Amino acid sequence: MKRIALLGMPNTGKSTLFNRLTGATSRVGNWPGITVELLSGKILLGNEMVEIIDLPGIYDMHGFSEDEQVVRHFLHDNVPDLALIVLNATQIERQLSLLLQLKQFNLNMIVLLNMADEARKLGITIDTEKMSAALGMPIFLLSAKYGNGYPETLLATTKALRYSTPGMPETVRSQLEQDEYIEREMALILKQTVQIPARLPDNLTSRLDQLMLHPWLGLPIFFGIMYLLFQAIFLFGQPLQGGVNELFGWLREIAIAPALGSLPDLLQGLLLDGVYNGIATVASFLPLIVFFFLFMAIVEDTGYLSRAAFLMDALMAKMGLDGRSFVMLLMGFGCNVPALMGTRVMRSRPLRLLSMLVIPFSLCSARLQVFVFISAALFSPKAAPLVLFSLYLFSFASAILTALLFKRYYPNSEPFVLELPPYRFPTLRQMLMRGWHEVYQFVHRASKFIVAGVVLVWLLTNLPPSAAPAGADTWAGILGAWLHPLFAPIGITPDLTIALIFGFVAKEIVIGSLAVIYGMSGQALSGALALQLDWVQAYSFMLFTLIYTPCLTTIATMRKESNSIGFMWFSIAWSLALAWLSSLLFYQSARALGY
Amino acid sequence: MTLSSMKPGESATIISIQTDEALHQRLLAMGFRVGKHIELIRKARFSGPLQVRIGTTDILLRRVEAEKITVQT
Ligand SMILES: Nc1nc2c(ncn2[C@@H]2O[C@H](COP(=O)(O)OP(=O)(O)O)[C@@H](O)[C@H]2O)c(=O)[nH]1
Repeated sequence: MKRIALLGMPNTGKSTLFNRLTGATSRVGNWPGITVELLSGKILLGNEMVEIIDLPGIYDMHGFSEDEQVVRHFLHDNVPDLALIVLNATQIERQLSLLLQLKQFNLNMIVLLNMADEARKLGITIDTEKMSAALGMPIFLLSAKYGNGYPETLLATTKALRYSTPGMPETVRSQLEQDEYIEREMALILKQTVQIPARLPDNLTSRLDQLMLHPWLGLPIFFGIMYLLFQAIFLFGQPLQGGVNELFGWLREIAIAPALGSLPDLLQGLLLDGVYNGIATVASFLPLIVFFFLFMAIVEDTGYLSRAAFLMDALMAKMGLDGRSFVMLLMGFGCNVPALMGTRVMRSRPLRLLSMLVIPFSLCSARLQVFVFISAALFSPKAAPLVLFSLYLFSFASAILTALLFKRYYPNSEPFVLELPPYRFPTLRQMLMRGWHEVYQFVHRASKFIVAGVVLVWLLTNLPPSAAPAGADTWAGILGAWLHPLFAPIGITPDLTIALIFGFVAKEIVIGSLAVIYGMSGQALSGALALQLDWVQAYSFMLFTLIYTPCLTTIATMRKESNSIGFMWFSIAWSLALAWLSSLLFYQSARALGY
Repeated sequence: MTLSSMKPGESATIISIQTDEALHQRLLAMGFRVGKHIELIRKARFSGPLQVRIGTTDILLRRVEAEKITVQT
């Protein structure tokens, strides 16, 4: 099958064009020569199927960034039959350099000057015919977002595919060093073909930025926007999440359970509480992910994420992070999973890993449920809100401590030189596409792992068959007893240890598991907890619950996003160690003070 | 003087860029070239990054990096 690669600098509209070309058919996949996965899609062009690949944005063909290496290796091992070079027409004076570099590769290529709509508004005129003649390759004006020039692009692409690629000479890298030649050629072509008005119109972006990046108002506005975003995601997402859970519960009642009714109890339990609940867990994350990325699409596409980086950088740089990490950290307070997926905007791998190490400490809504229940059971109505507040402080403190401790092992490999794009609003189509792609990737990447994990915990808490579920005789109970010397110094009883093992799957089920362990629920469970535990133990338990691994889904996402099992284990180990140390410090000091 | 000592609203011409190779290439790709006209739009509070404009592109960079770029008004 013939291959078409999309190439260009970051933010030129490659993904927008890719989505327009492939619709919702794209998938992620591995390629020879590179370790990261790329998005690709198959479409019918002319009368043959072709594969289109969206390559990461690059600034320079011989650059040092990870993305630039990926693109080089990709091109080296998978020479495309045609390259579509996407340039931002409004920045043609600086983007032409990449084109001239690419020209030396002797690839079969078509140049697309994207964002033609914006160029027109700015009064930039480009004589594509002349430029085409000067460069000796087909050049088209395009607006990938709105579709102007798209039919012509498709036609030209179909035509260009008929000729095969001359191939990429091995000596090309040494040729690439000829920067000077490129610069001279660039100046000449620009002078002949492009006209840029002497002063850009004082546009909307500048005026908006005067407010959004205002020395004093900028930060309050930023926090206001983050708050609204957060509220919006969870206002829409959470009821839907509840709905999905109910739907799965209902299906289980009326269809799945009766269908499995004739099976032996143990197998029935495995299928229902293991496999089926695993699938339900995956499904329950989907609404949150969709809404998160619908709104993230707005934040990213409008260019506000770069503005957040501008506003927060002074503070975050000290922690080895940047402003974009901060946005994701904040979003993690709703749900860690999409926040981890959102770190993909950071192109430096160490920066991304450090952000991923920090995000799971955000007190997400699932953990909040546990804390609300326990603090209501063990603290007076007056003290309970303070307890919750203190847990939020611990959440921030854990994140900051982790960043400070590990920042030197994850030195940012990418210079902090970001483009500040003009404000743009995404179309609904772009937003929906984004939501769909992320959900698809999540299901594709994480679901097997999650189902397997849920099944494993079910086995631990239900085997051997003779033991009462979640009781002291199950493997989980035995594990709890075995771990007792470790948990006794932090005031956590074997019963609670079993609840923590359940908590690995999801924090939502911690209270439910306590109900199974104690054989009672609701008010009765609150009463039983209050009898069994004093407040120091309860707080220690909450502290541990806050800091150790948030849930299986987070782990699965971490593994896929970091593409490293080692990193996943490291994150689990570090969070367990920090949880244990914090609880130990708290519990022993409280006891020493006579509580 | 260096780019980091410019004040918001001022513009200047780039005289030299003294950075390591990786940063240099990134700056080149962003349009930083000797002889180019550069305008400082604003500076973030608490010694945060700078926003500069070269041609039609707005760029954010940190002060440490901006110190390595000399300009002349
Ligand atoms: N006005 C306008 N905006 C566009 C066009 N194409 C893409 N964009 C916007 O430019 C931004 C970057 O696009 P994206 O596809 O993510 O770029 P990539 O980084 O090259 O993949 C997004 O906000 C798009 O909505 C276009 O033709 N016109």
